[in-house]
Amino acid sequence: MAAVATCGAGAGGTESMAAATSKSNVTSFQRRGPRARGTDSGGPRLVSIAGTRPSVRNGQLLVSTGLPALDQLLGGGLAVGTVLLVEEDKYSIYSPLLFKYFLAEGIINGHTLLVASAKEDPADILQELPAPLLDDSCKKEFDEDVCNKKPESDIKMKIAWRYQLSPKMEVGPVTSSRFGHYYDVSKRIPRELIETSKWHGFFLPEKMSSADKVECCSLTPGYMKLLHFIQNIIYEEGFDGSNPQKKQRNILRIGIQSLGLPLWGDDVCCSENCDSSHSLSKFLYILRGLLRTSLSACIITMPTHLIQNKAIIARVTNLSDTVVALESFVGSERETNPLYKDYHGLIHIRQIPRLNNLICDESDVKDLAFKLKRKLFTIEPVLST
Amino acid sequence: MKGMHLPDIRMLLQGASPRSSEMFPELNNLLNTTPDKAEQGKLTLLCDARTDGSFLVHHFLSFYLKANCKVCFVALLQSFSHYNIVAQKLGVSLAAARERGQLVFLEGLKSSVDVFFQAQEDPHPLQFLREASAGNLQPLYEFVREALTPADNGAAAWRCPVLLVDDLSVLLSLGMGAVAVLDFVHYCRATVCCELKGNMVALVHDSGDAEDEENNTLLIGLSHQSHLILRTEGLATGFCKDVHGQLRILWRRPSQSTARRDRSLTFQYKIQDKNVSFFARGMSPAIL
Repeated sequence: MAAVATCGAGAGGTESMAAATSKSNVTSFQRRGPRARGTDSGGPRLVSIAGTRPSVRNGQLLVSTGLPALDQLLGGGLAVGTVLLVEEDKYSIYSPLLFKYFLAEGIINGHTLLVASAKEDPADILQELPAPLLDDSCKKEFDEDVCNKKPESDIKMKIAWRYQLSPKMEVGPVTSSRFGHYYDVSKRIPRELIETSKWHGFFLPEKMSSADKVECCSLTPGYMKLLHFIQNIIYEEGFDGSNPQKKQRNILRIGIQSLGLPLWGDDVCCSENCDSSHSLSKFLYILRGLLRTSLSACIITMPTHLIQNKAIIARVTNLSDTVVALESFVGSERETNPLYKDYHGLIHIRQIPRLNNLICDESDVKDLAFKLKRKLFTIEPVLST
Repeated sequence: MKGMHLPDIRMLLQGASPRSSEMFPELNNLLNTTPDKAEQGKLTLLCDARTDGSFLVHHFLSFYLKANCKVCFVALLQSFSHYNIVAQKLGVSLAAARERGQLVFLEGLKSSVDVFFQAQEDPHPLQFLREASAGNLQPLYEFVREALTPADNGAAAWRCPVLLVDDLSVLLSLGMGAVAVLDFVHYCRATVCCELKGNMVALVHDSGDAEDEENNTLLIGLSHQSHLILRTEGLATGFCKDVHGQLRILWRRPSQSTARRDRSLTFQYKIQDKNVSFFARGMSPAIL
C-alpha cells in the first residue's frame, strides 16, 4: 500500500504509519470526539490524519469523497493513492457537484487542495463550494474553531495555558471527527474556511502564457505542464515522504475538471482518429504513478460522452482505479418514464479497484439512481416492480 | 476429444479447501500441473474480457516462485506492495524473493515517474515514455534479457527463467504500436523460451466491442503463438454474486499443424479472499 510505504516503515497495516506519526512534534492533547480513533486505553493517543480512516477489508487508508452515499458504494471511501474518474453527464450539470463535494470535504478536513481546470479559474471554483451541513451539537464547536483559527493567534489561552508554551502547530478546521459530511448546495462555503485553507490552483490559460521550455514528448503541452505542476507540489510539500525535512501528515486532494476537453489542447473529443490519441492515457498513467507514491487522492471529471473513439474510453477506464459514470435524465426519453420520476439521473459504478486484494467490495445493487432534492444529493437503488 | 484427462468433477464440486495457502490448487488441477513438474519453453496468454483477470497473474507469480524459478516480473499496472500483499495471502513473500535474487521486479508506476521527470543517464527500460514519437521496446527487452540470463559462474541457482508481464495492453496505451509490442514479445520468446528454456506469461485485455484495433491485432497475434490460453470472461447475463466469471482453458500447439483439435475446457469461478474456486458451468455450490 503506497500510503503506508511512504511513511518509511515498509509494507504493513496502519500500525507503521501510526508509529511514524507519533514522534512528530504534536501535543498529546486529542479532542475527544464521538468517534475517537486510535488505540484506546493506556499509552499515548495515536494521531491519525484528519479525514481518513482505514478500510475494513484491507487496512487501506481511505478518504471521503464528500458524498457519504458514494463512499458506501465504493467500499467505505476513496483509497489514498488512487484516481476517481467521474464520467460526466451530458450537459455537465451534476458532475461538477461531485467535483465540489470532493474539494469541500478536503477543506473541512484541513487537507491541502490542488485544483486544475482549463475553463474555470480555481479561485472561482473554490468560492462556489457548498456549505457543510452541521447538526447543532457540532455547530458550536465549528464557531469556536473559526474564531480560534485566526493566524494572528496571540490570543492568550485561559484554560489550556500550558499548551501556549508548546510549539504552535497548524490545526486543521476539523469540526467533528466524522468521516464524510453532508453539504447544502444552496449555500456557499464560508469565506473564512477557504481563506485559512491551503490550496494550489492550476488554471491552464495562465500557465500556458508563460514561455517555459517544455521538453518535447508525446504529451500535449497542457498535460505536461499539469503533470510538472502536480509533481512539484508533491515534492515541495513533502507528500511523497522523500524529504525528511518536510514531514507531511496531511492529504493532498487533487481535482482535475473536464480533462480531455479541447481546451486542454487535446483533440480526443473532436475526432475519432485523433493525433494525440495517447496523450490522455499517458497522462493518466504517470499521474497514477505520482499518486501511488504519495499521500494524495485525485478526482478527475471527463466528458466521455464527447469521446468518439470507444477504444480510448476503454483504455482510460483500465488506467483509472475507481470509475463512476453519471447519466442525467435531462433531455432523454427517461425523463418521462414513470419509473424514474423521482430521480434526476442514474449513477453507474463502472469499476472499483482491487487493491491489495483478490476481491473488491462490489455492491450487490447495480441499478442506482440519484436525485438532488432539498439541497442534498442522494443515491438510491431504483425500485422496480 | 479422445484421450483427454478430465479433472475429477466430484472433487471440484466439493470445493477442495487448499492444503496451504498456495496459489490456487484447484487451478493447478485444472491445468494438470504442479510446481514440481512445471513445463518449459512455453508461452501462456492470459486474457480477460468484461472482467478482471488479474487473479491469474497472482496465481502464476506465486506458482513459479514456488517452483523455484527465476522470475522477471514486468509489473506495469499496480505497485509492488499490492502484488506483495496478495502474494502473501498465497503463501509467497515477494520481498524475500527479491532479496534472495529470485525475483526481478520492474515497478512500472514508480519507474515511470522516475524516468519521466528526470533524464536518466543509462537507457531505462521505460525509456519510451520520454520519446516524442512511437519508438520500440528494445530497452525493455534488454532489461528482461539481463535479468533472466544466468550469471557466468555456471551454477544454476534456479530452475528455469520465467517472464511475467502485467499487462501488455498498457504498453499500447502508452503509445506503443501493436507491432512494437509483438516484436518485443517475439524477442522475449526467442531469448526466454527458446534460448534459456524458460516460460513466458503475459496478460492482454480483450476490449470486446470497444473497437480497439491495435489491441485486437496484439491479441490475435499472441493467440497464434501461445501454447496455453486462459481466457476469463464476465458472465453474459451480467453481475452475479456467486459466480464471478467464466474461465476458458485452451491448450494449443502453435508450431505443429493442427491435425489434432486443440482441447479446451470451460469452467466458472468465484474469487475468494485467498483462493479461487472453480466449478463446472451451472454447478455453482450456491445454486445446487
